Amino acid sequence: MSETNTAPKLGGESDRATSGVEIRLENVTKQYGGQRQPAVDSVTMTIPAGETVVFVGPSGCGKTTTMKMINRLIEPTSGRITVGGQDVLRLNPDELRRGIGYAIQQVGLLPHLTVGQNVGLVPGLIGWDRKRIADRTEEMLDLVGLDPTEYRDRFPKQLSGGQQQRVGVARALAADPPVLLMDEPFGAVDPITRGNLQDELLRLQEEMGKTIVFVTHDFDEAVKLGDRIAVLGSQSRILQYDTPEAILANPADETVAGFVGAGAALKQLTLRRVRDIELEQLPTATVGEEPAAFATRIGGRKGAVGLVLDDRGRPLRWVTRRDLDRGGGSLATAGRPVEDSVDRASTLQDALEALLTADAGYAVVTRSRGQYAGVVGLDSLMGTIRALREQYEDEDGAPDGRQGDGPSGSQGGGTGAAHG
Amino acid sequence: MNWLSDFGSFVAGRWEQLLFDSYLHVSAVVQCVVIATVVGMLIGVAVYRSPFGSAVATAVTSAILTIPSFALFGLLIPVLGLGVPPTVTVLVLYALLPIVRNTIVGLASVDSSITDAARGIGMSRFDVLTRVELRLAWPAVLTGIRVSTQMLMGILAIAAYAKGPGLGNQIITGLSRVGSANATNAAVAGTVAIVILALVLDAVYVLIGRLTTSRGIRV
Repeated sequence: MSETNTAPKLGGESDRATSGVEIRLENVTKQYGGQRQPAVDSVTMTIPAGETVVFVGPSGCGKTTTMKMINRLIEPTSGRITVGGQDVLRLNPDELRRGIGYAIQQVGLLPHLTVGQNVGLVPGLIGWDRKRIADRTEEMLDLVGLDPTEYRDRFPKQLSGGQQQRVGVARALAADPPVLLMDEPFGAVDPITRGNLQDELLRLQEEMGKTIVFVTHDFDEAVKLGDRIAVLGSQSRILQYDTPEAILANPADETVAGFVGAGAALKQLTLRRVRDIELEQLPTATVGEEPAAFATRIGGRKGAVGLVLDDRGRPLRWVTRRDLDRGGGSLATAGRPVEDSVDRASTLQDALEALLTADAGYAVVTRSRGQYAGVVGLDSLMGTIRALREQYEDEDGAPDGRQGDGPSGSQGGGTGAAHG
Repeated sequence: MNWLSDFGSFVAGRWEQLLFDSYLHVSAVVQCVVIATVVGMLIGVAVYRSPFGSAVATAVTSAILTIPSFALFGLLIPVLGLGVPPTVTVLVLYALLPIVRNTIVGLASVDSSITDAARGIGMSRFDVLTRVELRLAWPAVLTGIRVSTQMLMGILAIAAYAKGPGLGNQIITGLSRVGSANATNAAVAGTVAIVILALVLDAVYVLIGRLTTSRGIRV
């Protein structure tokens, strides 16, 4: 399989700091007594340093068992696991676990300890002094968005589910472990909170570059968080281990395709940012300009639109030639107002959303202070998806290459015919 | 009214003796409860992970509790003699059931996700037991200790038959001389003193409970 694949994530956050270490599993098997079939059958995979790898699969497929063998909460029956080159089976399990962050769905905060004491547990276990623990606790609570002065001395039961999970993540990170194991950590919170927590994890990971093994049964969560996704079947068999882009564009088999579910193309759009594609340009004019001159620039082509910008270059109104021909004087009142815009960090899905709601057929892209940068049209979006598809179809089974300069394949199946 | 003033003068006349017996009574009960707590919690910790072990420990301690205390003293006197040895033995045996059972229940009801997380962040088995499980089971254990204490306050009175210490001597002296002067007074004084002391001890347990239970798990 693609276990030695080291291609960076498409759209590359290449400047990300890496403090994580590599994890290798070699023929790892777990056989429980009294069962004929092993729960985990000879799993071999490499989890690259500093990446988030998501184990995704149906419940009972052994993904949690596989994860728990990394920190030896479950002892493998056979096989070898190394973390940062060290054979975990040769280490003292308690010390091993102190060096690996651990966060679970039920959070598992110790209810008789305060939030601060919970976060300071691992530093305490590895013998930091009191002052350092207190400082670190404060830092970690800050990091996960909880005000230390307000929350440090509360007890877990006084927090909401989402806040508890934040504390859980803070506790997992407190001793700055290179590796983080997360078992459906956001599974028990409401969808909005889950979205926020996911965003925060992405933000934290951007800064930290830990090696994260994340277990979930939610494929969308896997797509959102994973640098790489391992789709697992029963007995933790690896059905596909690749980047989210590759899995969405080209599922390895029926089972994976079923897991990816409907809307793969839409999900692909969540993986790309507006800054990853080339923006189109429309004719623009500043509010003070002559309508007639602008009308000429827009031209007579059917569906042609222009954008009116304000004095500081921020998009104001969509105008068509017809709007201008109708007269009525100023550009400040012609056409329709621009209601929605996206910035360069938005996902292409956001862009599609904006595009569908603006009747001009384009999504306006703005720079940091709201100035006009360009537009995204339907053609660029379709082109992006087509390119992804062709890229991964060509490689089929050997997804080794970096994204090419452009679509080279010609068998653009599925949504192939782009121009409409 | 007549009886009440009679009883009052009896108590006033035997004040020192009553006080001393009360002290002995409480002292014996508390010491036996401490021994039973240590033994009971050790048994609980030893068996709580095994359903079979838990069932056996609970069954054995229950069986002990069904033996009438009077009979148990009688059976132990030939073996252990009179006085303190049979008294302590009987009291500790009786005190075991509530403590053992509540320790097992308390430990078993600790949410497995909490122990899983505690193990997962690198606490050793011993750390998890002493810093997590026993802390969380403590309110249940304390309830067991409280029940045992109340029980022993009553049972110790019987120990006077085996020449044990405490207020039982007042009661038995009184009962064995029914009809004579002050017989009823002695029995009533001993009984009332036991009830009062039991209530005081119970209040002390409430205080201990508040002081030793984290605010995070107080209900």
